Amino acid sequence: MPSDTKRADEARFSRADVARIATLARLELTEPELDLYARQLGGILEHAEQMQSVNTDGVPPYTGATTDDAGDALRDDMPVASLSVEAALQNAPQGDRVAGTFVVPKVIG
Amino acid sequence: MATRETTIAVRDAIARGERTATDACNAALATIDALDAAGPALHAFQLVLAERARAKAVALDHAFAKDATPAGPLHGVPIAIKDNIVVNGTIATAGSKMLETFVAPYDATVVERLEAAGAVIIGKTTCDEFAMGSSTENSAYGPSKNPIDPTRIPGGSSGGSAVAVAAGMTTVALGSDTGGSIRQPAAMCGITGLKPTYGRVSRYGLIAYGSSLDQIGPFAGNARDAALVLEVIAGHDPRDSTTARRPVPSFSSALTGSVAGLRIGVPSRLLEHGVDPEVLSSFNAATASLAANGATIIDIELPHSRHAISAYYLIATAEASANLARFDGVRFGLRVPGGSLTEMYDATRGRGFGAEVKRRIMLGTYVLSAGYYDAYYLKAQQVRTLIQRDFTTAFASVDTVLMPTSPVPAFTFGERVDDPLQMYLADVFTVSANLAGIPAISIPCGTTTTGLPIGMQFLARAWDEASILRAADAWERIHAHASPHT
Repeated sequence: MPSDTKRADEARFSRADVARIATLARLELTEPELDLYARQLGGILEHAEQMQSVNTDGVPPYTGATTDDAGDALRDDMPVASLSVEAALQNAPQGDRVAGTFVVPKVIG
Repeated sequence: MATRETTIAVRDAIARGERTATDACNAALATIDALDAAGPALHAFQLVLAERARAKAVALDHAFAKDATPAGPLHGVPIAIKDNIVVNGTIATAGSKMLETFVAPYDATVVERLEAAGAVIIGKTTCDEFAMGSSTENSAYGPSKNPIDPTRIPGGSSGGSAVAVAAGMTTVALGSDTGGSIRQPAAMCGITGLKPTYGRVSRYGLIAYGSSLDQIGPFAGNARDAALVLEVIAGHDPRDSTTARRPVPSFSSALTGSVAGLRIGVPSRLLEHGVDPEVLSSFNAATASLAANGATIIDIELPHSRHAISAYYLIATAEASANLARFDGVRFGLRVPGGSLTEMYDATRGRGFGAEVKRRIMLGTYVLSAGYYDAYYLKAQQVRTLIQRDFTTAFASVDTVLMPTSPVPAFTFGERVDDPLQMYLADVFTVSANLAGIPAISIPCGTTTTGLPIGMQFLARAWDEASILRAADAWERIHAHASPHT
């Protein structure tokens, strides 16, 4: 276990922790949501803590067991039809059909 | 409540010319009209595709009038589809405001296969937002109600599909099961629900939640109908590289009606705590009855299953946090305007997602974040290996494992919604099959004294859906009143 791993802190989630995760997840949260998630996520992780008692020395992480016979999952490298630009843009909140692009707010000032 | 027909009876009546596909379609639409928005207002359907369904049925009838040859094994059978599976040209919300106006530009593979087999898609069913939930209370469009007792939840996340079949609106429906989302609502509504082996059914066109766990499967009134639908939707798909290149057996021909000689493993220690007494006594009566009919009941250990909930909620949310990154207001779905690109992302995701989805994205983001990955995500994946090994050990001495589907019968609306951990803990018996990638089928096992359905599930080795369908079919015959409505 890496030394920077925090586990048994008593207040597992502060509002600041929740705000930091929300930034990583690109979620705008309201003030009441910060409080609610601090409490609820703390409770869920506290329960998950029981898992730490399982001896997993030398146990490989699961990588999928039932696709063992999938073998070479690559298909032949032949072009196949894909969505048209028109179809791909049909659900775009803002698109430019002439240029064939999605449009987003200005990225570079 | 309408008397439930079987899928095979509907199909055969049409094939014999006693009934038309249009008639079957109109009957389904009439039942939906009577029960879904009106009457008990069950809200099984997010969207009824009446015009599209009638047009398909008319086309099937025209073709059949010419050559008297059914289009396929589901010719004329109305079917309901969970709203997280896409149907070309129709709205797919997945229960989210994020996709309120999203019109799917292609068909899911399962939809293509159903329609090629002659099935008529009647509508899209209510589900918890992005399939995250156990009650449909997380749908942004309002929950579905349990037809047995409309003050109670139907289970989730594929609750609407379960209600459609349980209330006799359709004879079959599709759902998706990431941690029990087919089996748990099937149990709570008193019907049959099958989660196939991971890789058996294509996920192409399923709006992704936990990609290493998600699997599409059927709801039906009995095992034989479930087997028929599985035969149609299963098999390799070049558009989903996790589907196996193995032949799809005739599941229907595996149904011998007998459990004689079947070795059934029961993890009795796992059932010692937290199971409702009525669920437990019904389950125990069922195992005794199976033994009396020639099955051998063997006590087994699944020592790591008590950690399955923790492992599941860390792995599923980690995968969800990655899968749901695509809902960012750029290519499809909701956009909430913002001054900069990141402000637009934050506002769109903050307001477009509901409370449970945000909770799971947050949890998943946390367990994958620097410094926590080893303690949570890696540990959970190691525990997952141990859970899978437990099943491998068990299946060395038994043909199938039997346990309750849900530790409790259907609860009332609002009863658990404020306590996510309590809601998660109710998935204790269903998540293991997803973690291990193995197939499982929930079937009715009895009812509580107040008449609420109780379900139990058979699990088998990967790819051995035949064994659990055979066991389920035999159980139906043993327990002639397995379903209180037939």
